[in-house]
Amino acid sequence: MRINLASVLVDDQEKALRFYTDVLGFVKKHDIPMGADRWLTVVSPEDPEGTELLLEPSGHPAAKPFKDALVADGIPWTMFAVSDVQAEYERMRGLGVRFTQEPTDMGTVITAVFDDTCGNLIQIGQMKS
Amino acid sequence: MGDVFKALADPTRRTILDELTDRDGQTLFELCARLVSIHGLSSSRQAVSQHLDVLESAGLVESRREGRYKFHYINTKPLEPIVERWLRKRGRT
Repeated sequence: MRINLASVLVDDQEKALRFYTDVLGFVKKHDIPMGADRWLTVVSPEDPEGTELLLEPSGHPAAKPFKDALVADGIPWTMFAVSDVQAEYERMRGLGVRFTQEPTDMGTVITAVFDDTCGNLIQIGQMKS
Repeated sequence: MGDVFKALADPTRRTILDELTDRDGQTLFELCARLVSIHGLSSSRQAVSQHLDVLESAGLVESRREGRYKFHYINTKPLEPIVERWLRKRGRT
């Protein structure tokens, strides 16, 4: 068994697709109409056959209070690996991305947390060599 | 002043203040991550939240909502009477 798909609950799939591709740099993999919504996944250009990220609509009534409570306490719901957190932080800040945690040395890892504009906080992490 | 001493009597709460001195304005998540990864303190989020409540009621921490986020800031004002009472007066004589 292996993990081939992870999800984020996004409040607007089209906006999410723009953010996850234009800002974060992922590429669209699947875009299949599913009634009012889409089966919409992105992958890393560094690993196009790797784990897909599903941009899942957050229309369920439980989703918003759940997401709001996590964001209020600064809790990121998923994490992406980068080679240089400080460089990504500066690049993304330049694109207007809001960070709730600046790059911080956490011992074995350097992390930062940003708002994905779709209702989630996401952590980026760089393992220290 | 009683609340301030009570708040400072706990080592985890003193560490929280240390970390807010390192960077002011942190989310609960960041504080918890710092406590566990930098100090090896495995307090639950709920426990850290309760520590923050104690610090807040003593006036040593202020939490401010900024849109959808909530950040915690150190406030050293309640420490000034301590300095005034035992350090500054002594320095004058």
